[in-house]
Amino acid sequence: MTVMVEEAVRTLSYREAINEALRLEMRRDPSVILMGEDVTGASQSDDEAHLDAWGGVLGVTKGLVHEFGRQRVRDTPITESGFMGAGVGAAATGLRPVVELMFIGFMGVCLDQIVNQAAKMRYMFGGKAKIPLTVRTMIGAGFRAAAQHSDSIYSTFVHFPGLKVLAPATPADAKGLLAAAIRDDDPVIFCENKVLYDTKGPVPEGEYVIPLGKADVKRAGDDVTIVAISRMVLHALEAAEQLASQGVSAEVVDLRSLAPLDEETVLASIRKTGRLVVVDEDNPRCSVAGDIATLAATQALDYLNAPVKLVTAPHTPVPFSPALEDLYVPSPARIIAAAQATLG
Amino acid sequence: MDISRDRLLWAYERMCLIREFEDRLHADFAAGKIPGFVHLYAGEEAVATGFCAHLRDDDFLTSTHRGHGHCIAKGVDLRAMMAEIYGKATGACKGKGGSMHIADVDKGMLGANGIVGGGPPLACGAGLSAKIKGTDQVTVCFFGDGASNQGTTFEGLNLAGVWKLPVIFVCENNGYAETTSPRYSVSGQDIAARARGFGMPSIAIDGLDFFAVYEAAGEAVARARRGEGPTFIEAQTYRYYGHFEGDTIKYRDREEEAHYKSLDCIGRFRTTVIEQELLSQAELDAIAARAREAVADAVRFADASPLPGADDLLTDVYVSYPERELWPFQEVRA
Repeated sequence: MTVMVEEAVRTLSYREAINEALRLEMRRDPSVILMGEDVTGASQSDDEAHLDAWGGVLGVTKGLVHEFGRQRVRDTPITESGFMGAGVGAAATGLRPVVELMFIGFMGVCLDQIVNQAAKMRYMFGGKAKIPLTVRTMIGAGFRAAAQHSDSIYSTFVHFPGLKVLAPATPADAKGLLAAAIRDDDPVIFCENKVLYDTKGPVPEGEYVIPLGKADVKRAGDDVTIVAISRMVLHALEAAEQLASQGVSAEVVDLRSLAPLDEETVLASIRKTGRLVVVDEDNPRCSVAGDIATLAATQALDYLNAPVKLVTAPHTPVPFSPALEDLYVPSPARIIAAAQATLG
Repeated sequence: MDISRDRLLWAYERMCLIREFEDRLHADFAAGKIPGFVHLYAGEEAVATGFCAHLRDDDFLTSTHRGHGHCIAKGVDLRAMMAEIYGKATGACKGKGGSMHIADVDKGMLGANGIVGGGPPLACGAGLSAKIKGTDQVTVCFFGDGASNQGTTFEGLNLAGVWKLPVIFVCENNGYAETTSPRYSVSGQDIAARARGFGMPSIAIDGLDFFAVYEAAGEAVARARRGEGPTFIEAQTYRYYGHFEGDTIKYRDREEEAHYKSLDCIGRFRTTVIEQELLSQAELDAIAARAREAVADAVRFADASPLPGADDLLTDVYVSYPERELWPFQEVRA
């Protein structure tokens, strides 16, 4: 159920929308805490001038320490296993922690605590534990940040039972889904695309919660379905606009929630258009894009008028050189070409 | 020694229950009754019991793959434990966890753990919960000499020190990480010394002496309850059986085993309390007999319990999730 109070629409950036969701959830529930590397900055100093020196490496958590204090907004040592595990343990014992894993590429230094502890605890314990943990982490190439700070490897987390995975594309979805993630009683990986932080859009005021597991049709169309994730939704919408000028009506489905996956919305769109393009910035092997193709092949093959087309990053690390990185990220031009190919 | 008669009776009962439980599993595993990997705690009873003697139901424990002793000392139900180890639906975890993952969150037992070094970060989280809620709950984090080398242990020690968390780190140094002695694997040889580098009190104690454990644990737990932060204790102990059941133990000498069995923690406890006329032999014998019967009862319960069924396969993964997505893309299921 989508809850909207005070439905006045104003414009916020993706960064501001995330900050607002954190602020509102921390106000609403004293068991919500926030921790991570430099989520305030300068915790060694009690000087007011140093408090909140960074507010997160890209300023997303700025200001929260002023309202909620250092007890609930905690800078951690740079020890991802230690603080991720502390988030899991705190979640198992009654808090509702939001843990910031600065970049998703850092998953390797805390994966055991996410995969073997957070994700499996409830099952291993026969349903007698709940782990209401939210992990906020940055994805996305485009910052010339090279291979270890630019991944969009959320499919890794989708692979593990026990985790939920979200990847919003718009400020409003970022706000509504982060609120839902924090309120959810299961561990949720919330992927923020850093290239989107300065993008703006309408965001409902006040309490705004989008249920997990619901895709969103961002543009309706009849000729071809373009399923996209995170920033690729923006590229898909740009492609759809250009396709429209060529007389092709493309429907853009924003998955938003990668686990659970909204199979129904995807299948309904395929049944309507008969053609499918999947756009994903993640590496293509064992990916969400591959899952969508599997879904189409197993449950909508009779409706497909053409083979499914994937438009993904190559199966390489993210390159540093701007010349190479710009080739790496799926472009509107590649999406248009793929859509045209499905139309023969 | 400042310990009440009731605590002494409780401690002897717990130690006897652990020993009986593990000896019985050893025999039943050899007889082919127990599936999977089973790691037994026999020999180390004084450590779990000496610490849990100071804990309340609302205090927390993190444990290891060798967790039965911690569970029994913390008060997890014996029948539910045995049924879990048998893979039965009536088990503490409905048969989904087994020996390596027995947990009882309501008793503060946050799970045995199959990952060496998995516990210290989790213990910090439990400590953080207590600190933020403003309670005086403490968390005891048990791990072994093997985990004393893991990065997660150092990260946990650092975090607990930085945040002054009410966590007691207990390294059960039983002489072997699987087959490997700390004489080979622990650089510098002194596990307790490592923790001092994190700015917390740290001592090594005779983990085969219940009273030594009880005293050190009491100080550490009181310190944590007062909000004075973490303590590290290396309890030097010995594992009677192999790393897991089925291990033929070719990596240590029988003379060594005999030496440690001559220092048996339960035997020493008996001798001490009888010599000091704290408890009578008749009382102790009655407790031991009751422990035997309690374990026999747990085995009977486990034997008679039903196995889980196909309906249980997909439950308890999430609090809420669409069930069809737990076995996606296919029509034919088990």
